[in-house]
Amino acid sequence: MTALPTAEDLKAQIEAGVPGAQVTVIPNASPSAQHSLLLDHEHAPAVALFLRDHPDLRLDLCTLVTGVDWLDTETTEKIKVKKVVPGPVGAGIEQEVEETRKTKIPGYLEAVYHLFSMEKKHDPPAMPVVLRLRTANRIDQTHVPSLTPVWRSCEFQEREAFDLYGIVFDGHPDLRRILMWDGFEDYPMRKDYVPPADDSLASLPFASLQRASTKEAR
Amino acid sequence: MTGVAELERRVEAGEDGLGDILEVSMGPHHPSTHGVFRMDVRLEGEKVVRLKPVFGYLHRNHEKIAEHGAYLAAIPYTDRLDYLNSMTNNWGYVLAVEKLAGIPVPERAEYIRVIVAELSRFQNHAGLVGFLLQDMGASGTPLMYAFREREKILDLFESLSGARMMCNYMRFGGLRVDCTPAWLEEVRQLVSGLPKFVDEFEALLRGNEILMARTQGVGVLPRELAINAGVTGPMLRASGVNYDIRKVDHYGVYDRFDFRVPLGDHGDVYDRYMMRILEMRESLKILQQAVRDIPGGPIIDPKTRLRGLRPKAGEAYGRIEAPKGELGFFLISDGSTIPCRYRVRPPSMINLTILEDMCLGHNIADVVVILGSVDIVLGEVDR
Repeated sequence: MTALPTAEDLKAQIEAGVPGAQVTVIPNASPSAQHSLLLDHEHAPAVALFLRDHPDLRLDLCTLVTGVDWLDTETTEKIKVKKVVPGPVGAGIEQEVEETRKTKIPGYLEAVYHLFSMEKKHDPPAMPVVLRLRTANRIDQTHVPSLTPVWRSCEFQEREAFDLYGIVFDGHPDLRRILMWDGFEDYPMRKDYVPPADDSLASLPFASLQRASTKEAR
Repeated sequence: MTGVAELERRVEAGEDGLGDILEVSMGPHHPSTHGVFRMDVRLEGEKVVRLKPVFGYLHRNHEKIAEHGAYLAAIPYTDRLDYLNSMTNNWGYVLAVEKLAGIPVPERAEYIRVIVAELSRFQNHAGLVGFLLQDMGASGTPLMYAFREREKILDLFESLSGARMMCNYMRFGGLRVDCTPAWLEEVRQLVSGLPKFVDEFEALLRGNEILMARTQGVGVLPRELAINAGVTGPMLRASGVNYDIRKVDHYGVYDRFDFRVPLGDHGDVYDRYMMRILEMRESLKILQQAVRDIPGGPIIDPKTRLRGLRPKAGEAYGRIEAPKGELGFFLISDGSTIPCRYRVRPPSMINLTILEDMCLGHNIADVVVILGSVDIVLGEVDR
């Protein structure tokens, strides 16, 4: 058994092994210390293959795939700026004024992958290698590359993230809804999801069946 | 198999003259699907040429519900995932929270966790073998033998936690209630009698010709595919991969027990059936040692905050070896009392990924047996 390299070492290894790949380490402040690596879309499949087939890493088990929804956030900060304000006799005077500046950080969807190695069985306590892929926004640019061609275990879980979060995995062999029914339109796991009113379900085929059978019973 | 692929291509192309192709929807109401589960099967004669699992009939968005309540509020809800093994479900979740918030667990609590988890594994495997043989037509007897022993284990759970199946027993940093010396004595007595049951249970059908004919060489799962598809638990080990999270992660106090990891050779249904029997024997070994070595002391630090738990912002993934495979929980905290993201890694659902690969080319009757050997619980698949 060998120890798993730290997130920084992994970043260096990936950047050396996959030319052009951009990897950002996202630190995790919780006591679990499971840091993650943010990948760029273009090189993500190549990085995944590299991690799977590297002789010292052999991350052959992609155990967990999931979506995460991050809403738009707004931060306000107070800054001091120098401004020219009109003086009493007409001439401008430079003065320091406090201003509040609002920065809007657009939300995004995230696909998170947890990897382990079945072959190497790195030293306990078991630390996963965490990969993250981010979409450009939550509305129309919700595509990320699929890693199902690398790990078959992503097949159902990427379908689930598509179903519940609306993340579109490019290159997935069979991207359909998995838990919700075909024809359902919204993405229920998103933070701003509003469930439909109860009577809106009445138009579904099974609802009418249900009522017909109750009538018969009477 | 090339013939099947060729046929598949012709069906997809919508060619005429393929009168023998029959589409069958097996389920959602079918006794062999162990719940509401459907398979869209395309048959040529009796041979399966395509099979797509369809599920979600029990979907209640477990994860969303957990993201609306405090950390503590999700524990009873995890009981309903794999409703045969509420003890291991509890453990998977509290382990993830303990990693997220850095909560230590007293030794006695770790031992009781091992005892209840191994009892749970035993009754799960006994039940699964019973159901599998029932699916093959061994009507009643094996299942009733298994349920006879399962009753005794559920009685123990009831006297410990107050509930037979929805135990809601574990807490972050420990357990809800301590066990009594009398309870431990009952476990010791039960465990000393169980090896005889396993012998009897195994002798019942192990060498049966019909069982061998129905299971050997059926539903073979190759080693490489099993690894790549993220298959875990007894199914993976039946394909010969030595990967047991109790041995790999050393979570809890599993590194203190002497037990072996049984491995299969062929990855067929027979191996998966034998794997459950052998794991039952190993569980008994662990139980004997745990009951012998259990120390005294507290079961939870009274200062542990349960209700208003506020982990620091961050995330954690915790996993255990549940009876069905790797059960993991992924949590993201934003510093509040409510989890920002709560995700379950359901072993039964991921083990279904390769159902089609295992069934192609087999008879429709074998699909029932292959599905039975996967060991799914729809409460966990659909969540």
